[in-house]
Amino acid sequence: MNFRIFKRKLASAFTLCAFGGLTFGASSALAEGSLMRVSEPNLKPYTIVDGTSIPDSLSGKAGNAVNGKKLLVHRKKGNCLTCHSAPILEEEFHGDVAPPLEGVGDRMSAGEIRLRLVNPKVINPDTPMMAYYRTHGLNQVSKSFVGKPMLNEQEIEDIVAYLITLK
Amino acid sequence: MMMTKTKKPIALAVGMLLGLSVATAQATDDMSLHISPQSQPAPEGLEDYAHGDARSGYIYATEETRTLQDDDFENPAFLWVEKAQEQWSTPEGDANKSCQSCHGDVESMKGVGAVYPKFDPEIGDLLNLEKRINRCRSEGMQATPWKWESDELLGMTSLVKMQSRGMPVNVSIDGPAKEYFEKGMKFYNTRVGQMDLACKHCHIDQNGNYMRAELLSQGQANGFPTYRLKWQKLGSLHRRFRGCNNNIRAEKLANGSPEYMALELYVTWRGNGLPIEAPSVRK
Repeated sequence: MNFRIFKRKLASAFTLCAFGGLTFGASSALAEGSLMRVSEPNLKPYTIVDGTSIPDSLSGKAGNAVNGKKLLVHRKKGNCLTCHSAPILEEEFHGDVAPPLEGVGDRMSAGEIRLRLVNPKVINPDTPMMAYYRTHGLNQVSKSFVGKPMLNEQEIEDIVAYLITLK
Repeated sequence: MMMTKTKKPIALAVGMLLGLSVATAQATDDMSLHISPQSQPAPEGLEDYAHGDARSGYIYATEETRTLQDDDFENPAFLWVEKAQEQWSTPEGDANKSCQSCHGDVESMKGVGAVYPKFDPEIGDLLNLEKRINRCRSEGMQATPWKWESDELLGMTSLVKMQSRGMPVNVSIDGPAKEYFEKGMKFYNTRVGQMDLACKHCHIDQNGNYMRAELLSQGQANGFPTYRLKWQKLGSLHRRFRGCNNNIRAEKLANGSPEYMALELYVTWRGNGLPIEAPSVRK
């Protein structure tokens, strides 16, 4: 790991640590086999493994892929097509600012997709992608959204369940 | 290593987290920090709407929208401009003065719109055209200042600015304006809202890409005030800032607030060299 990447990862760890009431499961942050427990106001705690994945369901339940597809399209929920294209032909105008979602189920595990929905900045601090399951460490949030995640835990699970079918 | 990262919002965020004050690098000589480098020259026939890598929103507009802007008789903004023309020579206030009383014909305003926002040493603060006009009303005319986003203020701002149409934007960031410029640049690069986006994510990093059917422009200010088809009305740059903030679920700041004033200076400076188009037409 070069110094720059290490610094980024460290920065992410600080963010989570400072705001997350984090307890480290390993002495070195984000090393292989590391476990990071993240807990933010109004959210269920979750564990990031190796800094790359959240293997466990946030809600403790399986997701519903049919509902996940609806949430992915919905402009006040996932609204994923603003930036990503997806194999959903009935929807016009897919964005092209982010990688296509087609084949994401081949490229990533459910846990890796889950982390990218929950907080993609753990992977890439400069990403334009929003963290869908985060309530802390944000600036100037509109009053009606303060303390609320963009999606709740079951909505995240439903979208993960849909995305994993895109093979 | 850290120096190369200071322009990135994450570095700013990390700096703040660690309780460090991260100095915003000057680096005004490296425009790629402020405008996305363009791989293509301006489209044929639209070269006047580009300067270096800067591209006016006119280039991103559809041909129909451009046609509306090109003809003053078709451009809906001229409903406001015509009223402002009458207003120019109408005396008002306790001093019973009009704009004309001090400035003569409105043509004398040529060049003024190109250099605002501007630091005013007498007031000791940054003024944009709206604030300058209201200052004239309250001090010179002893009349009530117009409300921000009122038809009167939008019309008069457009009338004054359009006297500089075609002239290159040329705002100064030297001397006392520098502090405002740096504040504006910092705001531009700071993530805000539930969606946690900075201006730069869409208007630098993703410039030229599509979000759904929306082609992301550079967010240039040279056309403001602008008649937006979506608004069905003439509107100010600060109204546009509020719209952007609202879209990413960020708290909207007040028109004329110190944050938006600084942002206006920074955003306008990014377009130095682009032609003044006010009042423009946009989607």
